[in-house]
Amino acid sequence: MENVLIVENLTIAFGQLLAVNSLSIEVREGEILGIIGPNGSGKTTLLNGISGLYKPKSGSVIFKDIDITDFSPSRRCRLGIGRTYQVPRTFEKMTVYENVLVGGVYGASLSEKKARYKVYEILELTGLLHKKDLFAGSLALLDRKRLEVARALATNPQLLLLDEVAAGLTEAEVNEVLRIVKYIKESGVTIIWIEHILRTMMEAADRVLCIASGKKLICGNPKEVLAAEEVQEVYLGVEEG
Amino acid sequence: MVQDFAQPILNGILLGGLYAVVGIGMAMIFGIMRITNLAHGDLMVLASYLSLVIISGLGINPFVTLVIAIPVMFFVGLIVQSALINRVLKKGNEPPLLVTFGLSIIIQNALLLIFTPDAKMLMNSLSTKSIFLTNYLSVPVIYLVDFIIAVALILVFNQFYQKTYLGRAIRAASDDEGAAELVGINTRRIYGIAMGIAMVTAAIAGVLVGMTFTFYPFTGTQYLIIAFGVIVIGGLNSLLGVLVGGVILGLAQLIGAEFVGTGYQLLVGYIILLLVLVVRPQGIFAKN
Repeated sequence: MENVLIVENLTIAFGQLLAVNSLSIEVREGEILGIIGPNGSGKTTLLNGISGLYKPKSGSVIFKDIDITDFSPSRRCRLGIGRTYQVPRTFEKMTVYENVLVGGVYGASLSEKKARYKVYEILELTGLLHKKDLFAGSLALLDRKRLEVARALATNPQLLLLDEVAAGLTEAEVNEVLRIVKYIKESGVTIIWIEHILRTMMEAADRVLCIASGKKLICGNPKEVLAAEEVQEVYLGVEEG
Repeated sequence: MVQDFAQPILNGILLGGLYAVVGIGMAMIFGIMRITNLAHGDLMVLASYLSLVIISGLGINPFVTLVIAIPVMFFVGLIVQSALINRVLKKGNEPPLLVTFGLSIIIQNALLLIFTPDAKMLMNSLSTKSIFLTNYLSVPVIYLVDFIIAVALILVFNQFYQKTYLGRAIRAASDDEGAAELVGINTRRIYGIAMGIAMVTAAIAGVLVGMTFTFYPFTGTQYLIIAFGVIVIGGLNSLLGVLVGGVILGLAQLIGAEFVGTGYQLLVGYIILLLVLVVRPQGIFAKN
C-alpha cells in the first residue's frame, strides 16, 4: 500500500517544551491509524502539525508526495486533509446545513449544485438531515460531533483527522460514531483517529500508534500495541521521568 | 409645540439613515475581525474627495461617480487589509489599532496637502430641494434620498450575508477563524474582501455625506465618532440594529438641537451614547 502521509522527524515546540519530539509516522492509503497516549502526550499537537494550525520547529509533513510543511491550513484542506476538533468548533451562528455547505464550497471547491447534493448526502449519512435548519449552537454534544464530522467530510478529504470524536458520548452513541467512521473508511478515506476509548481502537483501527511525551512509543497491530508492556506502563501512570 | 418638533423628528430619522451607512462598514469589520478601524471616517472622506475629483474632471452627477468610486475604494480596502492589517492581525489588539490610527493621520494630512483645508461639497440639484408636506413641515430631498439608499443598502447586505457563499464564508471566518481555515476558507483573503466591501459602503457614505454636508480633510474624525455611536447603540449583531442605532443618534442630535441649541447637538447625541453604554453596554439589540 502507498503512503498517503509521511511525517518526518516532526518537532513542535511551545517555548522550551517539545510537545512533539522528532516524531515520524507513515500513514498508508485506506487505513485507520489509531493514536493513543496519556493526556498531554502530544496527540492533538501532532494533528495540529498535520492540519497546519501549528508551524513545526523542524521536520516535514509530506502529503501525497507534496511537501506541505509551509502550507496554510486552508490550503492543506483544499489539498484533501479534513479535520475535526476534540471540543467541537462548529460555526454556532450558522445552520447545520450552512456549516456543511461552506465545507463543500470552500474545502472541496464544488459548484453550488454539486455542493448542495453532497451536503444532503452527508447530512443523511451523519443522521443530521432532519436538523439541517437548526443553528449549530443549539445542538447537543453528539450532534455537534456529528456536525464536525459532516463538515470535514464535505471538504472531500482523502485524509481525515478525527480528534476524540467518541469522547464524552454514551455507549450507544459510541456505536453510532463507529458506524459512521467505518462507513467513511469504506468510501476510501484514510483516517487518523485519536481516541481514549480503547474499544473503538480495537474495533476500527488497522494500526495503533502510542505516543508518550511527544515521542513514538510503539506502533503496530491494535491488539499487540494495547497489550504491550510499555503501553500498559504509560496508561497506568508509571511513566519514567 | 407639536409643529416645533415634527421637523427635527423627521430630519433626525432621515439623517439616521445616513449615519447608518457611515457606520455599517465599521460595524462589519469589527464584527468579523474584532478590529476597530480608526481610519474608517477618513477613508470615507477620501471617497468624498475622490468623487469631487471625478466630478471636476468629467462634470458628471455625484451619483454617477460611484461607478468609479466603488471599485476604486474596494481595491483600497483590499490593499489596506492585505498589505497592512493582515500583517499585524495575530499580534494582539493594539497593533491593528495603531496601524489604522497611523493610516488615519496619513490620509488626513495627504488630503490637506492636496486639497487645502477649504470646505468642499459635491454640488447637486437635490441638496437644495424640499418637499412641503404642510406649511410647517417639509422633507429635505437629499435627506430622503440618503435614507432610502441606507435602507436599500442594509437589505442588500442582509441578503448578501445570508444567501451568498462569500457571505457565508465571511460569517464562518468571523465565528471561528481556525475552524474556517480547516474547512478550506482562506481567512486572510476573506478579510481582504471584507475590508473591500466595507470600503464600498464607505464610498457610498462618502458620496452621500459629500452631497448632504460640506467636508474638509479632517472631517473623517467626526464621522468616525458617529460610526462609533451607531455601533454602540445598535450593537454588532444585526444590520437592522445599525439602522436603528443611526436613527436614535440622528433623533437625539436634532431634538437636542431644538432644546439646547444647534451648538450642543453633538453633545446630546453623545449623552445618549453614554446612557446606552451604562444601561446596555452590549447594544440595544444584542442578544446577550
